[in-house]
Amino acid sequence: MTADGPPLRLLPRLDDTNRFFWTSGADGRLRFLRCQECLTYVHPPAPICPSCLGSKLTPDAVSGRATLHSYTVNHQQWIPGSQEYIIALVEIDEQEGLRLTTNLTACEPEEAAIGMAVEVVFALHDDVYLPLFRPLRRPKAPQSAPDQRGGPQKGKGR
Amino acid sequence: MSLVEPLERRAIISGIGQSAVGRRLNRSDLDLTVEACLEAIADAGLTRDDIDGLATYPGAGIGTGGFAGPGTPEVQDALRLNLSWHDGGSEGPAQMRALFAACLAVGAGLARHVLIYRTVTESTAQGTGGRQGIGASSEHEGEQSGLPRFSGFLQWYLPFGAVSAVNWIALVAKRRFHEFGLSREQLAYVALNGRKNAAYNPKAIYRDTMTLEDYLSARMISTPLCLYDCDAPCDGSTALVVSHVDYSPDTPQHPCHIHAIGTAIKGRPSWDQFDDMTTMAARDAAKSMWQRSDLGPADVQLAQLYDGFSVLALVWLEALGLCPVGESGLFVEGGDRIALDGALPLNTAGGQLSAGRLHGFGLLHEACVQLRHQAGERQVPGEPEVAVVSNGGGPLAGSVLLTR
Ligand SMILES: [Zn+2]
Repeated sequence: MTADGPPLRLLPRLDDTNRFFWTSGADGRLRFLRCQECLTYVHPPAPICPSCLGSKLTPDAVSGRATLHSYTVNHQQWIPGSQEYIIALVEIDEQEGLRLTTNLTACEPEEAAIGMAVEVVFALHDDVYLPLFRPLRRPKAPQSAPDQRGGPQKGKGR
Repeated sequence: MSLVEPLERRAIISGIGQSAVGRRLNRSDLDLTVEACLEAIADAGLTRDDIDGLATYPGAGIGTGGFAGPGTPEVQDALRLNLSWHDGGSEGPAQMRALFAACLAVGAGLARHVLIYRTVTESTAQGTGGRQGIGASSEHEGEQSGLPRFSGFLQWYLPFGAVSAVNWIALVAKRRFHEFGLSREQLAYVALNGRKNAAYNPKAIYRDTMTLEDYLSARMISTPLCLYDCDAPCDGSTALVVSHVDYSPDTPQHPCHIHAIGTAIKGRPSWDQFDDMTTMAARDAAKSMWQRSDLGPADVQLAQLYDGFSVLALVWLEALGLCPVGESGLFVEGGDRIALDGALPLNTAGGQLSAGRLHGFGLLHEACVQLRHQAGERQVPGEPEVAVVSNGGGPLAGSVLLTR
């Protein structure tokens, strides 16, 4: 059985810049800073929009859906006794190039495939809601192929 | 090719030196550094009184145990150098930052003979415990649960157990498997080639024969990278003397000329936000190097490409135009093309995978040995005159073209 992640979660130190991101999962939604001028999502959080240099940036919720861009099964026991876990690089559906390093959960290594659709699920550790991703659970009769990227409003940020 | 001659062409590598290299030497980083530096100074036909510049990467106090080596103040003081110019730091075109800074200092007339060095004592620091993740040596204060907390870029990786560069680079490797059909059987040849060459390098950490079978059955670290895809932590110091080209007629050894340096990074400086995860900064550094040269990939007679992880050597092969994009796996498969007598000899002293993780500077040293035609049993035939060296991976990258 593959673990959801490392047995010990080294957590971020929360500050005024990153708190919104790491606590966003409290209501089950994933949020990124977004430029209110040109609608580019900005990550990691920054004081200005890298596309238009606008400074009106606020956290906006996204669908939580993403595409598996790459992954690796960690075998090395950085902490003695740890089980294998999958480190994933996911690209958020709303914007090309907007990525998170995360864990692929509820998924065995042999089921993982680059291009697969995944969705966010949060794991609470202390006061931090870690965004993890699991294979997208589709309703019956899906309308699109599993490797197709969805999202109604693809931004144009770098 | 720019109209103005690149400033780095005013620089030569006039001397090279290397300390003992091994596992758990239990010598201090300064001790090893002084050994390498004195050898390099003598090799350049100089004395310490001639040295008026000093530079290192990354400078004291950076990274996990044994990574940084001594800072320039310690080395200056140990050798009682009188310096016109000095520099040390970790931000820039990877480990080559120190070399590039020295070239520019020499070209700008800030110094005439710059001593540069890179020292690691990671083997002694790790003891028998093996490689550590980044969080393991944290000195951050604890918060609620008593565990350390992390700010800065590490906060985006450590919570998910991506605690080592091997995890970050594994994502690059896996993406290459997906996009280009790279296989473990191909990747193996970076390691196998290094091991074969290491047999002719008395200082190499691993010199025993390794077969494809050995490679394929090695334990996984972070898929698709196995133990033999990861370089060998070691203790050792490498030093070079970078002099003004005016000194060329007086060097006791044949000088190596700095022909062009590659310093660019155009994509986002991040391990996971870079636009093309199959190349990352190597693409930009290599391109900027060729823009400063009238030579091209076809002129390269040997390559010392960074192999902190095997896949990085493949990334560099493509980035430097030494093979077409996506075809590096095919290029190295079977090992013939990259062997000592192949079309493009690669990592001729064993690379970091077998010779030891001297962190970029071992590759620079070996390029100079080869261009001087002093590599003995592992000498690339045909009296090579052009070599390329690259350092770094991910968002860190620098490359240099050296000519005899
Ligand atoms: Zn904007």
